[in-house]
Amino acid sequence: MRRIDPRFVPLLGTIAVFALTAGYGSAAYAGFFSAQVFLNLLIDNAFLCIVGVGMTFVILSGGIDLSVGSVIALTTMVSAALVEQRHWSAAEAIPLVLAIGTAFGALMGWLIQRFRLQPFIVTLAGMFLARGLCYLISIDSISITDPTYTAISQARIDVPGTGASITIGAIIALVTLAIGIWLAHATEFGRTVYAIGGSEASAVLMGLPVPSTTVLVYTFSGFCSALAGVVFTFYMLSGYGLHAVGMELDAIAAVVIGGTLLSGGVGFVAGTLFGVLILGIIQTLIAFDGSLSSWWTRIVIGALLFVFCLLQRAFEARRR
Amino acid sequence: MNSLSRHRLFWPFLTLALLLAANAIFNPGFWQLQWRDGHLYGNVIDILNRAAPLALVALGMTLVIATRGIDISVGAVVAIAAAVAALMIGGELVVKNGVQTQVSRFPMGLAIVAALAVAALCGLWNGLLVAKVGMQPIIATLILMVAGRGVAQLLTGGQIITVYYAPFFFLGNGFLLGLPFAVFIAAAVWGVLHLLMTRTALGLFIQSIGINPAAARVAGLHERLITVCVYVFCGFAAGVAGLVISSNVKSADGNNAGMLMELDAILAVTLGGTALTGGRFSLAGSVLGALIIQTLTSTIYSIGVPPEINMVVKAAVVFVVMLLQSAEFRAALRGLVVRPAAGGAP
Repeated sequence: MRRIDPRFVPLLGTIAVFALTAGYGSAAYAGFFSAQVFLNLLIDNAFLCIVGVGMTFVILSGGIDLSVGSVIALTTMVSAALVEQRHWSAAEAIPLVLAIGTAFGALMGWLIQRFRLQPFIVTLAGMFLARGLCYLISIDSISITDPTYTAISQARIDVPGTGASITIGAIIALVTLAIGIWLAHATEFGRTVYAIGGSEASAVLMGLPVPSTTVLVYTFSGFCSALAGVVFTFYMLSGYGLHAVGMELDAIAAVVIGGTLLSGGVGFVAGTLFGVLILGIIQTLIAFDGSLSSWWTRIVIGALLFVFCLLQRAFEARRR
Repeated sequence: MNSLSRHRLFWPFLTLALLLAANAIFNPGFWQLQWRDGHLYGNVIDILNRAAPLALVALGMTLVIATRGIDISVGAVVAIAAAVAALMIGGELVVKNGVQTQVSRFPMGLAIVAALAVAALCGLWNGLLVAKVGMQPIIATLILMVAGRGVAQLLTGGQIITVYYAPFFFLGNGFLLGLPFAVFIAAAVWGVLHLLMTRTALGLFIQSIGINPAAARVAGLHERLITVCVYVFCGFAAGVAGLVISSNVKSADGNNAGMLMELDAILAVTLGGTALTGGRFSLAGSVLGALIIQTLTSTIYSIGVPPEINMVVKAAVVFVVMLLQSAEFRAALRGLVVRPAAGGAP
């Protein structure tokens, strides 16, 4: 029983930091403690939450995916080009972009697995490729005026009992998160991912399907990136090659702050949600304060990353 | 050893030669050099000048990668160093006794030393996190990559800081013996490193840390000290690059200076034949890698293709290079080539 307890320490730490930050915000700023402010955290970071789920699996398996930001950009770009220039309907465009993202992830996963290439460099090349493809479609931003997209973008669903509302993007994020948690903790795939992250050699010796799982992990991350791209398209109502620049770093930061070890094998998908919420609440706090410039966000996120990594090291050292 | 290194530089050399040849075909005036105002002008000189900052960053990155590390904060360090230098020099036009002279806020030498010291401090921070705290290099430097950009923006106030002080422009725009001064800076750094790596045991130490850190420690190497020094040097090199870049554009842009430079530098190192798994490294290869990237960029500009396509080409180059470096891929290729013959003779 004693061995189960320390597993939850990083996750509990993350939740505590979120609660403390939220408590500080509520005490310091009038109007901060409202259901809408907290739901906005989810609404404004829905895409980050979705890529975060995919990234969690990649990092749990001991890899990394740097291409997620540019896959989001590519998704917005392809969607915008199809809907605005080719006059496709949303029902035709969305499955296609999801398929593109999934195929993109599968290709990278296959390269990593088949040729023993480093995930870092493969997904780096994928990042260049996806961004470059955006510019092949158009160098300028394409705004979306399609009625389906604008309707989904503006739709608000009331959350009963709070008087606040939520967007469809945020609901997609929550559903993705739920599926992610189910995949990680209730399926063979999830257990294999944890095993690969713990020790790939042992996983192979145990007879687990390591090659196919590795490819699937990147495929899932590609799918999540494309789904996040769809949500991002609803959020921004435009396609642009410069969308979501640096999103991969935010996603990695969210996963790490969420208590997942970058060395793989340890962590929770649910932690990533809190990682995303912490990143969001920092931005909200800085916006509420008003006197701090927006670049403080980056410095605070860097400092948080530092603290969490230090704690992770201390935690690992004690476990050994 | 000599023939080995020649062999290792074969592919980067061939890539560069092919690119240059392609340029000569597309653009007949590519190799033309002109002597104007006491210095050389031409496409090749331009490529050399523009490749210098990337080569500097790539040199630092090579050593970091050789120790099995990676430094993704170099872009942010470039921005910080540029911001420090631009802020300290500033510069304004002062009329003294009827003569217009440009006056810097602090002496230029002091500003340069301060900028390089800050850059080296950034490297020290990375090095301590990696060697003392024991964080993974990518995550340790990710912290500075995220926060460093914020620091650079804070320093510049999110604005582009223009420098009005002519002597500072010499670093990035000046000429010495007819060649751009930045080329001499990069060459000097390479020369010093090359001597250090070949004439002292340091090169061997760095390699052995990359191949097996535990064994290196057991063999009595000051593994942690050397690792910290390597990161400090990487930060320093990024600082020098930041100075050259800000001098070249006569300003410092906290938001965009050095953006994505870490990726270009890693690409240059990989193109130069240094494996990301650490161990054997090639400084000359990384310089060649930087030249390849810059030539590629210049080629794309000169053919008249939108510069954004550059990214697709770069991606294709990375894919090809990493596949060629993969033993599994070469084995698969060999299998494809050999199989018909093997099948013919049961």
